[in-house]
Amino acid sequence: MNKKLSALMLGTALALATGTGAFAGDKVVKIGVLNDMSGLYADLAGPGSVIAAQMAVEDSGLTKKGWKIDVISADHQNKPDIGVNIARQWIDVDKVDVLADVPTSSVALAVSNLAKEKNSLLLDSGAGTSDLTNKACSPNTIHWTYDTYTLAHGTGTALTKSGGNTWFFLTADYAFGAALERDTTAAVEAAGGKVVGAVKHPLNTADFSSFLLQAQASKAKVIGLANAGGDTVNAIKQAAEFGITSGGQKLASLLMFISDVHALGLKTAKGLNLTETFYWDLNDGTRAFSKRFQERMKNHAMPTMIQAGVYSSLLHYFKALDSLGENPHDGAKMVAKMKTMPTDDPVFGKGSIEPNGRVLHPAYLFEVKSPSESKGPWDYYKLVATIPANEAFTPLDKSTCPLLKK
Amino acid sequence: MQALYAQLLVGLINGSFYALLSLGLAVIFGMLNIINFAHGALYMMGAFCAYFLLNGLGLNYWYALVIAPVAVGIFGMVLERTLLKWLAGLDHLYGLLLTFGIALIIQGVFQNYFGSSGLPYAIPSQLQGGMNLGFMFLPIYRGWVVVFSLVVCLATWYLIERTRLGAYLRAATENPNLVRAFGINVPRMITLTYGLGIGLAALAGVLSAPINQVRPLMGADLIIVVFAVVVIGGMGSIMGSVITGFALGVVEGLTKYFYPEASNTVVFVLMVLVLLVKPTGLTGRAT
Repeated sequence: MNKKLSALMLGTALALATGTGAFAGDKVVKIGVLNDMSGLYADLAGPGSVIAAQMAVEDSGLTKKGWKIDVISADHQNKPDIGVNIARQWIDVDKVDVLADVPTSSVALAVSNLAKEKNSLLLDSGAGTSDLTNKACSPNTIHWTYDTYTLAHGTGTALTKSGGNTWFFLTADYAFGAALERDTTAAVEAAGGKVVGAVKHPLNTADFSSFLLQAQASKAKVIGLANAGGDTVNAIKQAAEFGITSGGQKLASLLMFISDVHALGLKTAKGLNLTETFYWDLNDGTRAFSKRFQERMKNHAMPTMIQAGVYSSLLHYFKALDSLGENPHDGAKMVAKMKTMPTDDPVFGKGSIEPNGRVLHPAYLFEVKSPSESKGPWDYYKLVATIPANEAFTPLDKSTCPLLKK
Repeated sequence: MQALYAQLLVGLINGSFYALLSLGLAVIFGMLNIINFAHGALYMMGAFCAYFLLNGLGLNYWYALVIAPVAVGIFGMVLERTLLKWLAGLDHLYGLLLTFGIALIIQGVFQNYFGSSGLPYAIPSQLQGGMNLGFMFLPIYRGWVVVFSLVVCLATWYLIERTRLGAYLRAATENPNLVRAFGINVPRMITLTYGLGIGLAALAGVLSAPINQVRPLMGADLIIVVFAVVVIGGMGSIMGSVITGFALGVVEGLTKYFYPEASNTVVFVLMVLVLLVKPTGLTGRAT
């Protein structure tokens, strides 16, 4: 009996020892895509980001060179506590090397802290808050696709300069909404405009009529929507219903994705300005990527810029791994390596990574086409202006990132 | 002051949805003793039904208003006949678990095919536009929602509390064996009642399709509030749930004006207060 027990214990110990088989210097990589898989942000990140991650693995060509790369995913439900718990388990138990995507700023900030504490690696594509590369920057985090500064200086500046000089904000009541309102206010005031008021609404609101009536009563020329996903869609749809747009007030959808435009329909969305760093129909590279992506999506949706960013960020990570020749399982070391290499892929083109973890690439100001201008499904945007990389993101000398102080 | 009138009216509009949904829940709980957690999912199916009718068969909103509740109601009756009826007489918990599971499955299936941001559904041309009431711009469609749901609520109340059929129904829940002895088919009445409750949910779904996006999670987001409404109003009380539905819509609307950050918790705070003071709900009677 005793023999049996000790044999069992030895067996278990051996199994556990081999189970945690991640040793510095091997060619094993585990990617964890952490985002909203089922809620209001599921279409702009969600399962599509997992597909993008798998495409990055295939396109990297590393598996042919003997690397073993796994992609796993989980739903953080837009709740920081849930997100941190999953990430902690991934890092401690499942030996995940990279946390990818992580939209919802409140979750991203919490996960970024954890990645730093555990010397893991966060490649954030989905979150908006510019704090990730400012006061909350980290040597273990790279912020890829866009941030609230980009949105503010794209849509915010453009609308203010074209005559919309008084603003009222409808702001989602969490870290992202606050950051977007703050950055846009700065951009509006810099362009000579004025903010006359704001109202905070809970995340995931179905009915915006009360908030819209307050915005209407403010008589502001522009109503800035500092929210995202389903919230933005509902607000725009109901604004049309309450005669806000026909009454002369203009809506500024500060963060809007192609999935939102698709959900609204061109009839409601036409004429809206929006800022993105990616659109499927920009050039041959984006078109080829998007076609392959679309074929794999169950609902045949085109990729959003967040999903494209997951692809691009992981591709760059794999390039860094390839040049090192082995996986160091060291987040800070990988980030440092990635920062020394210029970014270059068919989706975002050429770019670079700043010392504070901010990826620089151009952003684009688009206008949503009217139904008659659109030539077919997903033909939604026309390009209004290209914002060069150095204007689209916080200049380094203005960044409040503590990493920059020596 | 003008803004206040506007918020009151907006609250009344949201209240109509709460009233229609909680009415269906109250009917089902009162007659079948089932806590129907699938209500939100069936409300969502009503909206999707309207979307399919328009985009698949070319049948407009007015047809959907009739067809969707009937179609989803039949689906509900099938659920009752095949699954729910086996739970008769068991603890409430079983019904709750079963219907919650059904809701998750239905939502999961829709989400798999339609994503989470939803599909657009236009306001019918006859109800487009709005009128200026002086203190606010009232979209005609929203006015229609208030009037129509009030009529439906009152008709349902009349049907159950004032007609012979309603009397049978109430008697059948009180003492099914005795009613059976009079030659009335009690199981069929129960199935029809469940169908009626579900039909009301689907009707609310059609009404909300032009206002909200037609989304797989539109019901899941709403159902928790509606349950709070039913608890505050008193489980199983028909008039109570209608009045509470409208009243809470107004309370929520006012909160959005005075302290917007609390607007999605105010209903639950009220629920706690009511449960502390009067555990049977505002209009419920102790049994």
